Amino acid sequence: MKRETWGSRAGFIMAAVGSAIGLGNIWRFPYMAFENGGGAFLIPYFFALVTAGIPILILEFSLGHKSKGSAPLTFAKLNKGWEWLGWWQVLISFVIAVYYVVIIGWAISYIGYSFTMAWGDDTTAFFVGDFLGLTDGPFQLGGFRGVIVATTVVAWLISFIVLYAGVKAGIEKANKIFMPLLIVILLIVMIRGITLPGAGDGLEMLFKPDFSKILDGRVWVAAYGQIFFTLSIAFAIMITYSSYLPKKSDIVNNAFMTGLLNCGFSVLSGIAVFSILGYMMHTGGGELPDSLSGVFLAFATIPQAINQLPALQVVIGVLFFLSLTFAGLSSFISINEVLVSSFTDKLNLPRRKVVLGYTIIAGIVSLIFTTGAGLYVLDIADRFVNSFGVAMSGLVEVIIIGWMFKLVTLREHFEPISDFNVGKWWEFTVKIITPVVLGITAIQNFYQEFTTPYGGYGVGPLIAYGWAVALGILIIGIILGKSKWKDAGILEATVEDE
Amino acid sequence: MSGGAIAFMIFGILLTWGGAAVCISIAMRKRDV
Repeated sequence: MKRETWGSRAGFIMAAVGSAIGLGNIWRFPYMAFENGGGAFLIPYFFALVTAGIPILILEFSLGHKSKGSAPLTFAKLNKGWEWLGWWQVLISFVIAVYYVVIIGWAISYIGYSFTMAWGDDTTAFFVGDFLGLTDGPFQLGGFRGVIVATTVVAWLISFIVLYAGVKAGIEKANKIFMPLLIVILLIVMIRGITLPGAGDGLEMLFKPDFSKILDGRVWVAAYGQIFFTLSIAFAIMITYSSYLPKKSDIVNNAFMTGLLNCGFSVLSGIAVFSILGYMMHTGGGELPDSLSGVFLAFATIPQAINQLPALQVVIGVLFFLSLTFAGLSSFISINEVLVSSFTDKLNLPRRKVVLGYTIIAGIVSLIFTTGAGLYVLDIADRFVNSFGVAMSGLVEVIIIGWMFKLVTLREHFEPISDFNVGKWWEFTVKIITPVVLGITAIQNFYQEFTTPYGGYGVGPLIAYGWAVALGILIIGIILGKSKWKDAGILEATVEDE
Repeated sequence: MSGGAIAFMIFGILLTWGGAAVCISIAMRKRDV
């Protein structure tokens, strides 16, 4: 059997970094650092990167590279009984894809709004009312929002074109355009930010170390959580991408580069965001803006900051929302590739047919998030799929691979082909550190959900959009894991580079 | 900005971008990138 490969090592790195760098780097990391000890947060954060993030990247890169298949095929090749784990991760990707695309649609819409600063003086009211048309509750859909539907379709079209072209001519080429552009745009926004009056105060808030916080265990769990979510691990992306690596490819150094570049981007994003927030405080009499993270930071606070800029308002607006769009698209494409690759393997269908069928089906499902209740549904689905999908599947993955599989065979696979070796500490991190941290996170998530239901929503919406989704994908994953492969020979076949 | 904040900002940038630069230089020495 033949499998397509990346055209170059740089192409793979760009795609992997592009997948890891997403909206969370821009709107989650800075706030996490600010809330959890400022500069001192960097200590647990980098510790988590080295003891969990990079080791799991090495694990997933080597799994994909060794099996040369999608996530379900990879797990099925290790043990037919573990295939469901691959499907669970694939379905987690599906849920994320169908709401993530709508946020990219919002960012594309806001690129257009930036030209006239259409959001006006009350940016929150514009975002929630005029733009989202937010209804009174999660069950009141309120009809489709025309602009959001249109820009969501644009995002799906871009993904379709890229995936249809294939791994080398599509994904690799797209990331070679998106990633350099993203870095240049971020640098321009950052330089504009740090040259504004009051920027120093914002950076002081972000980086001033509060060492008392790092004695708090919850800060360490938060740091591990941030690292885990930021690196696109445990939802099959890195397994899929590394399955396209040629036979003689480095694993360890690629994992280090991916992890470090992703975190480097987060630090620069933090500087850009907090210098702008510092400027807002400077012009607003020292008062902190209401929203410092998430969608409200991006679509309400930043437009408000743009209103207050002394010059280059349109340019900075367009560039900021372009950066969100590029960061989102590169991750979105990688999430979609997980599904395309898995169904291509399972159904033994031509890749292009799968791309077309998947885009149509997922595109239709994503429309629910373009309604007036979209933000509610998105918020609940995001919370549940991350807390009870990504985190739990990551926990199961490290337990299965760490404890029920001879981990040393993976180390024997990647060490001879890697630029440098990692030694036995890698096995220790996969077998001990990561399961312990993810286990604590899981307990914390369940405890939190059962004591304080998320976001003040009623039981009905949490069951319909949260628990039903989280449990549903697990059950469907198990069913898919038991279903037959169209070409059963794929489980035994030797795969050659195309 | 206080000295502590400046130190941690530089620490963050150096560790990530510096670390990545070291990895890239290793990759370039070992094989084609």
